Amino acid sequence: MHARADAPDTAPNWPDDIFATLQRFDVRQVPYVPDAGHSKLIQRVLASSTMRGIALTTEEEGVALLAGAWAGGQRGALLMQSSGVGNCINMLSLIPILRFPFLTLVTMRGEWGEFNPWQVPMGSTTQGVFELSGVKVLRASNAAEVPAVLEAAAAQAYNALTPTAVLLSQRLIGAKVFTK
Amino acid sequence: MSKANLLDRRQVVSTLLADRKDIVAIGGLGASTNDMCAAGDHARNFYLWGGMGGAAMIGLGLALAQPKLPVLVITGDGEMLMGMGGLATIGLQKPANLSIVVLDNEAYGETGGQTSHTSAAADLVGIARACGIEDSRAVTTMAEVEAFATAVHDVSVGPRFANVKIDSASVERILPTRDGTYIVNRIRGDLGFQPI
Repeated sequence: MHARADAPDTAPNWPDDIFATLQRFDVRQVPYVPDAGHSKLIQRVLASSTMRGIALTTEEEGVALLAGAWAGGQRGALLMQSSGVGNCINMLSLIPILRFPFLTLVTMRGEWGEFNPWQVPMGSTTQGVFELSGVKVLRASNAAEVPAVLEAAAAQAYNALTPTAVLLSQRLIGAKVFTK
Repeated sequence: MSKANLLDRRQVVSTLLADRKDIVAIGGLGASTNDMCAAGDHARNFYLWGGMGGAAMIGLGLALAQPKLPVLVITGDGEMLMGMGGLATIGLQKPANLSIVVLDNEAYGETGGQTSHTSAAADLVGIARACGIEDSRAVTTMAEVEAFATAVHDVSVGPRFANVKIDSASVERILPTRDGTYIVNRIRGDLGFQPI
């Protein structure tokens, strides 16, 4: 469960903005590892008649899946959390080698009001891991900038074959709160 | 070291691809990719030289994108063990046009022949079946290979999985192109997709 300490809305609209952008770019395969920050977007994808939501057991499966999807003529986008980025590192090597369009949307942990220290190491290195792996990084820190950031990311991923990760900041999503 | 009565990997793969028609075939990182090339280079061959563990998932992405085409993954036991979670993902999606063949020599042939988990513990047929791939077969004869090769063309009742026990003897290396962009774009071109 997520709660935002700095805003009253509990049902944010930015996942709808993301969904609309993916739809406009004709994204057909959406692999994901279940994640609270992406839960609304996952619901939209699973209810869609044009997109296929594909639950994974680990994030690296999604990278390989998108390579196959492209060979078969479809675009995809991988949804994951910052902790899952570390699971992908070797598989990310397929992207420059096969030169397929890669877009991933990453909900961030360990960077803004985090309560769980175990999330901090991977959350702190997510951007660096991507950049060392040849993936460009864009960030959305508030709901208002989500549409423009997604548009830019999708355009460069699908039109310019520039692998791109959008980090959806923990400030945007809201720090996870556990109550006893 | 090779045991008696095990199948010859090249004969297995050439039988699977002998009358391939419109099959798109994906090799695993290692000797299975060489076996595919030895059976004849083809515009619809997806040779994997890296990304170990990814072959079955590349097959899933392709199978979902092209549901009317038979998609055949031919990989090794080590590669399949590394991407074992993918079998659960495939079992969940149940793509009817996807078939997976594991050439199981119970060893990591590329790296010095160290024994793999399938030699003593892991039963990949049982794992695939338990992951929801109902048609999961243990294959020990060429007649069974031929039957599977025929079944692959039926894109209405998969997914299916076959674990083929093969001889662990080393065979001559037949190396396909290593240019990944060329490999993928050649497949896309053959399927009718233009370059971006």
